[in-house]
Amino acid sequence: MAKLVINQKLVGNIDELISICPFGAMENKNGELAINAACKMCKLCVKKGPKGAVEYVEEETAAIDKSLWKGIAVYVDHIDGAIHPVTYELIGKAKELAAKINHPVYAIMMGSKIKEESKELLHYPVYKVFLYDNKELDRFKIEPYTAVLEDFVKKQMPTAILMGATPVGRQLAPRLAARVKTGLTADCTILDINENTDLVQIRPAFGGNIMAQILTPNHRPQMATVRYKVMDAPRRSTDISGEIIECEIEQEKLASKIEVLDIIAKEKEQFIEAAEVLVVAGRGVKKEEDLALLKELADLLGGSLACTRPIMEAGWMEAKCQVGLSGRTVRPKLIITAGVSGSVQFAAGMNNSEHIIAINKDENAPIFKTAHYGLVGDLYEIIPELISQIKAGKGQWDNLPTNA
Amino acid sequence: MKILVCIKQVPDSNKVEVDPVTGVLKRNGVESKMNPYDLYAIETALRIREEMGGSITVMTMGPGQAAGVIREAFAMGADEGVLISDRKFGGADVLATSYTLSQGIKLLGDFDLILCGKQTTDGDTAQVGPEVSECLGIPSVSNVCKIIELKQDAITVEMDMTHDIEIAKVQFPCLLCVDKDIFMPRLPSFLKKQATKDREIRVISLEQLEDKDEKHYGLNGSPTQVQRIFPPESNAHREQWSGSGTELGKRLYQTLLDLKFV
Ligand SMILES: Cc1cc2nc3c(=O)[nH]c(=O)nc-3n(C[C@H](O)[C@H](O)[C@H](O)COP(=O)(O)OP(=O)(O)OC[C@H]3O[C@@H](n4cnc5c(N)ncnc54)[C@H](O)[C@@H]3O)c2cc1C
Ligand SMILES: Nc1ncnc2c1ncn2[C@@H]1O[C@H](COP(=O)(O)O)[C@@H](O)[C@H]1O
Repeated sequence: MAKLVINQKLVGNIDELISICPFGAMENKNGELAINAACKMCKLCVKKGPKGAVEYVEEETAAIDKSLWKGIAVYVDHIDGAIHPVTYELIGKAKELAAKINHPVYAIMMGSKIKEESKELLHYPVYKVFLYDNKELDRFKIEPYTAVLEDFVKKQMPTAILMGATPVGRQLAPRLAARVKTGLTADCTILDINENTDLVQIRPAFGGNIMAQILTPNHRPQMATVRYKVMDAPRRSTDISGEIIECEIEQEKLASKIEVLDIIAKEKEQFIEAAEVLVVAGRGVKKEEDLALLKELADLLGGSLACTRPIMEAGWMEAKCQVGLSGRTVRPKLIITAGVSGSVQFAAGMNNSEHIIAINKDENAPIFKTAHYGLVGDLYEIIPELISQIKAGKGQWDNLPTNA
Repeated sequence: MKILVCIKQVPDSNKVEVDPVTGVLKRNGVESKMNPYDLYAIETALRIREEMGGSITVMTMGPGQAAGVIREAFAMGADEGVLISDRKFGGADVLATSYTLSQGIKLLGDFDLILCGKQTTDGDTAQVGPEVSECLGIPSVSNVCKIIELKQDAITVEMDMTHDIEIAKVQFPCLLCVDKDIFMPRLPSFLKKQATKDREIRVISLEQLEDKDEKHYGLNGSPTQVQRIFPPESNAHREQWSGSGTELGKRLYQTLLDLKFV
């Protein structure tokens, strides 16, 4: 049990201490300092206030036996056996973490008639794939899926479970965390592990303006979700290793109050997340018609056109084309931003891209802190020149004799 | 139909920064507002009440001033408001928040439908809704982008799964997390605001909850702990070029050629 205790005598200037609290949780009550319900227990008042004025008092809680929990598990996200690539990215990360603490890597996959498909996981490889193949698990439904994960946790006792921040992972992970009463950190961008098996989870907070490092020191399993394209996918090996373990679960645990009536595939469209090359239009683009210029560049590079929020809000492009915190996270091989200032909310959605090129008239634009190549200049001059260069270059190749 | 909507008060702006030297959060004013995503949940509740009749209760856990968002919900048309507030709830992570909300909900009685927003702009986890449903032992569906059919005992909704749309029929009682754009939220009405300005807001503290064990709430009930906060790092390698548009265009072409993109 932990609490904050105020030593009124040591407070000194009350208003100074009040101003330290970023949450407005301290108030002056008839000359005495008081903490109200807005307190987030960030302990800044303890660290930054006058010494001893606010004390953090902790009573010992019984420590759990961490050695009983072994293995890093990855939830296999899939639709009808087609495995979502975030799964492989997480397996890659899990292997790296597991190597540090000498633990095995597990995969847990559930569905109906997916035995064949689960074998694909052995190419990455994992130590064991726990497979729950049941016709009730045909479609994602929250209750039976949670029951299966709970069954897995109780039997295998993994120290950590990583899940993709997909529509399924984002519902299933919290449901499981609440069931087994453990911590869950959403949308981690960096994961590491301490020798004592504590998972170090780093995620953006306050809309990406700050990063928070989070631990789950006295609960197991530790749970984290990670968005697609944040971690590196390992290479697929042609060999296989590891084994598939078929698991059983009691039929009554698979009941659900949800009935999936239909699944309608959305129109096949090019998702910006899937593009290897992206050209991003920002507010530096003056008119809707001018998007055609950037689209032409994207086409020449075999990529897609994306945008910042103001362009989406203007109705020039669809919400699904918006990069950033409230849009999509992208990680293409090449991203060229044109007329984008580079706000933190935007950068949070693209700063893991392999090559970042920024075009902006303002040499002090924050995007230049993110870009590998920053071009200080007018997009309306640079891009037409680039397009004509590419076209000329393509021409050269086309004109070469076929035996060259 | 008894409907409950979970709403939260959030800082009006995300413009907080960490002082890289002291590690202190620099706050530029602490104006607050309703979590924008919760407006969609309130609007959904209002539409359902229009069709099915019944009542709407809004609930928020937070400090005293969070009552402001309840007043705003009244001005949109909500019937009752509950504030769950206690210093012992401070420092709550997702698990402790969800548990506290579920305790509050149990105290109020049975609801047919509980609605949550997609996510908050401060916590930004989208986890509280599903965790509340688990604590209450009821089914839940997230990413609800459309209501297809409303019946006395069940609701049929569309769940947005990125690549496809799943149509699911869920029995009451259940919890739904609604997406932005399910309905356009209405503006608060001045007349309703006037009419409800004296309406009582029920305040619930720890002593009233069924589970009074302090260990389950606030920082003590939170498995996750924030170790430190720090500013995001900017990319190490960078080059900045200047010159005429033509020069820069040519140079960029050469770089793309070197990187094998053309
Ligand atoms: C909670 C929250 C979430 C958000 N999420 C997102 C998000 O997901 N994605 C997002 O994009 N934004 C997001 N935003 C908004 C974000 O803060 C910025 O407002 C936005 O990214 C700015 O877009 P921009 O760079 O296109 O426009 P501006 O900031 O207006 O920048 C335009 C830039 O173009 C340059 N320019 C102008 N003319 C030219 C020219 N001819 N040639 C070259 N350069 C030129 C200017 O120098 C300027 O730097 C969010 C904000 C909040 C509060
Ligand atoms: N303190 C709170 N009080 C009431 N509802 C909340 C609270 N925190 C979160 N919620 C609800 O849970 C949703 C998701 O929040 P979050 O998990 O913080 O992104 C919000 O849109 C609200 O509906």
